[in-house]
Order: sequence, then C-alpha cells, then structure tokens
Amino acid sequence: MSNRRDFMGMALGGFTALGGVAALYAMKRSWDPLPSVKAAGFTTVDVSGAQENVLNVEKWRGKPIFVLKKSKDMKADDRDVIVGSDRFHVSIGLCTHLGCIPAYIPDDHKFLCACHGGEFDASGHEIFGPPPSPLEIPPFKVDGTTIVLGESGPEYKKMLDAGLTV
Amino acid sequence: MAHFEKANSIGEWLDQRLAVETLKKVMQTEYWIPKNINFLWAMGMVLAATFGILLVSGIFLLMYYKPDTATAFDSVNYTIMTEVGYGWLWRHIHGVGASLVFLIIYIHMFTGIYYGSYKKGRELIWLSGMLLFVVFSAEAFSGYMLPWGQMSYWAGMVITNLFSGGSLEAYGLVEWIRGDYVPADAFLTRFFMLHVLLLPLVIIGVIVLHFGTLRIPHVNNQDGEEFDFEEAAELYKAGKVKESKVIPFSPVFLSKDVFVMGIYFILFFYLTFYHFQFAMDPVNFDPADGLKTPAHIYPEWYFLWSYEILRPFSKDLGLVAFAVAQVIFFALPFLDRSPNVAPASRRGLFKYWFWIMLVDMLVLTFMGKLPPQGIWNTIGLVAALTFFALWIALPIITKSEKKL
Repeated sequence: MSNRRDFMGMALGGFTALGGVAALYAMKRSWDPLPSVKAAGFTTVDVSGAQENVLNVEKWRGKPIFVLKKSKDMKADDRDVIVGSDRFHVSIGLCTHLGCIPAYIPDDHKFLCACHGGEFDASGHEIFGPPPSPLEIPPFKVDGTTIVLGESGPEYKKMLDAGLTV
Repeated sequence: MAHFEKANSIGEWLDQRLAVETLKKVMQTEYWIPKNINFLWAMGMVLAATFGILLVSGIFLLMYYKPDTATAFDSVNYTIMTEVGYGWLWRHIHGVGASLVFLIIYIHMFTGIYYGSYKKGRELIWLSGMLLFVVFSAEAFSGYMLPWGQMSYWAGMVITNLFSGGSLEAYGLVEWIRGDYVPADAFLTRFFMLHVLLLPLVIIGVIVLHFGTLRIPHVNNQDGEEFDFEEAAELYKAGKVKESKVIPFSPVFLSKDVFVMGIYFILFFYLTFYHFQFAMDPVNFDPADGLKTPAHIYPEWYFLWSYEILRPFSKDLGLVAFAVAQVIFFALPFLDRSPNVAPASRRGLFKYWFWIMLVDMLVLTFMGKLPPQGIWNTIGLVAALTFFALWIALPIITKSEKKL
C-alpha cells in the first residue's frame, strides 16, 4: 500500500516539477525584449555637414549616440572613425559607470558625467572618476559620407578585434 | 454533518461557524503586551495604518493612471492633477505616504536595534521585518517609475544598470529586466504590474508573517526584561490589573496606538496639504527624455544613504559595497554576539556603536544629496568606510560585552 502511495507521490511530484520548469521558462520568455523591439534598428547619420568640435547627438535603439568631428589640433586615436579625410569620435553616449549621459565641454575637449563625476576625453577614454572603461562604440559602417549605426562594417570589426570596444 | 445548536445571537451564530471568540482572544483580548514600553512601540501600527492609506489612495490613482510611455506623464500631471475631482489629494497622500512610511520604518528599525529586540527568540521578527523593508524599497522604486518624468526614466536607467554587475558586463540581464535596450514601454508596463499587483501581494503576505513571528516571543520591553507572560496574564485576568506586567493588545494597547497615530496623522496631513512638494521632485515634472540626463541624479531621501555608499568607490567595488549594504542589516541578530537583551545605554561599547551608526547613516544621507565634488566626496568616502568598519567591529565589541 505504502509503496503504491509513494509511487503516486513521486509521479505527481515529477510531473509538477516538469510543469513548473516549463512555466518558469514561459515566464522568462515573456520578459524578453519583443521581436519588434529587437528588429527596430538602423540609424543613418549624414556627417558631411558636421562642424568641428561640436557634439552631435543621434538616437539609435533608444540610446544617445555621440558623433563628434575632431579638429586638427585634437589628438588622433585608434578609435576614431574616418570618413573621407575627417576624423570622428562615435560612441554610445552613456557613461560606462551607470548609464547617465555625459555632457561635452568643447573648451576642455572632454565629456563630463554629472551623476558620479566621471570624465572622458574626446576619444572616449576614461580619465577621471568611477567609469571603468571607455565609452562604447556602437556597431557602424562607413558608407560614403554617412555612418550607418547597427551594421558592423570592416572598420568596426577591426576595432572589436583589437579590443578597443566591447 | 457536524452538530450545531440554535444560536441566540449573531455573535454566537458566527462563533459556532468561525470560532470568532477564539480568534478574538488569540489576536486581541488575550494577546499580551508588556506595560513597560513607550510611544516607540506604536510604530508598528502606525506603519500598518500608513500602508492602509497608501492602498486606498493608490486605488483611486489607479482608476485614471495610464501605463503607456506616450500617455503616462499626462495621465498623472494633467488628468489626475487637474481634471479628476480631488485627484491631487490622492496623489499628494500617496507621495507623502511613501516618504513617511520609510521615515517610520527607519524609526521602527532603530528602536529595535536600540532595545535589542532582534535577539533571543525574536530573530524571525527582525528577519521578516528586513524582508518587508526590501519589498517596500522595490515597491517605492517601481512606483517612482510610473509618472514617467525625467527622474523616473533616469532612476530606472541607473538602477537597472546595477544589474550588469560591473565588470561582469551582464547587459543581457539588464535588457531582459527592461524588455528593451533602454527603459521604454515594456519596462513601464512591467513595473506598473509589479507596483500595483505583485509587490503589494507580497507585502501583505510578509506583514502577516511579521505579525505571526511576534505572537510567540511577544514584543520586547524598555528593559529587555524576560518574564512569564502566562503568569502576568493570569494576574490581569484575575482583576489585579495594577500588579500585572501586561495589558491586552486590544482594546487597551490599541487605544494607546491610536493616540500616537492621531499625533502622527496631524504631521501626515500637515505635509499632505501644506508641504507636499518635498515628496515631488521638480525634475520629475519634465517628461522622460532618453537623450537628456538631468544635471544631478539622486534618489528620494530614504535611499540616499545606500546611494552614497555606491558613489565614492570604483565601479566594481562600489557595486559590491552597495550590495553588501543592502543586506547587511539582515545579519544583525547573528553578528551581535552579546547575550544581553537590554537598551543600548546599558551595553557598554554597543551604546557608542548604536549612536555612531545612526549618525553615520544621517551623514551618508546628507552627502548623497550633495553633488559629487571636492570635500563632499571625501566626507562621503569616510562615512561609507565607517559604515563597514562598524559592521566588522560589531561581533568583536559585542563578544567582549559583560553579561548583565
């Protein structure tokens, strides 16, 4: 008798656990970003009219993207995006500390984050405060005088391989 | 079929079917409270009443609020505030109540710490209370998202980013929590669900547990005195009310609770009608904008101390410090190695520990509000280090404490 009851108990427990795991998976999937959110996605930025040392903020996947045309006296960097003969700093404009948007100070050629006091230079390298890494570079592809955000071009892949961004 | 007699009154009829008399005894007339207590022992019922008020005001806000990034801001700031009759009242009650509930929680916590009410059989009271603090924090945060102003958006951005775990770079987890790359519609609707359904359900459940954990060990008293509740109860029931050390929870103690509540609600409604601005950050009256960070981002006052612990360190260290600070109070009954249940004033070094901890948390709170510059950074760092030093010192100083 007791063996039969044990068997029923284990069978019930087993199927309940199975159903529970399946339900947990469904719950996890329900919280995933929707396909429409993931698919929304390419921003084309025309940089032919960009002015030197003036920060241009574009929007890509809801995030601000910094596009800064460097003047000749600003230090060149491996992270620069070259369009024609001009050098651009392109990055996701969210502080790598906790995601606030740093402000650009044109006179000092640096980005300053008001939240926790982090600073970045005009190439996006962290120079002060809590940010642990440089401003991230979004996937991009140079196409004539435009930069397509969301598409991985050869220049981006090179930067990725060199570990210049994550 | 069970046997039932003809009932002579409604009370008797209910008692036969629901044992209401037994229930009343267990929870009210024979739930014994020590006499040797002060007004700080009323904070529990003050919290229960505040939660009730938050629930009622929340129900009225819920009738006009729209959980959609396109309409949320206007549904709060236009519809509820200007169109709905007395809509402003519910909003101001809800905002002030959310702030005051934390003020009373902190008073309630520090009362427990001062009198040693987390020890010797009362550990579960402390643990369930801390659990309530954590769930209330989540409730406050999720509610702060709903008006979808600038502070809502950027608090949502910063707090969800904490889950990337610093150098672990778990951005997949952050995006999963948000349901998007940034806080957007999916984020708002899921935090709306948490705020109005799941978290309140959990809170109600844990409140019941918190009351339950109190029933057997009983509440502590001003001297931490251990006495026989049965014996004291017999004295009281025999009519020797003066000689007995206890009074019944209801109606005797509850009437004192209600008096303290009366004073508290004068403050509550004074703030609601004349000083509601303190609970309404002006920055949050700008609609959410993902391309513009407000000049200074800071949480509501009740989260400032833990926010300040996050700030002065490097990212990874800050996250670890922040995570530890969130849960360290759970460990209090186990880090306090002293056998004494007594007010801090009689416990030697623990007296200083208590007051330094209280002052340190106030310093952290003030520094959290100031911009992260110059001397404020240094003071914040020292206060954060003091916080951890105190927790490391706790087992050492309490172990060497003399038995009273």
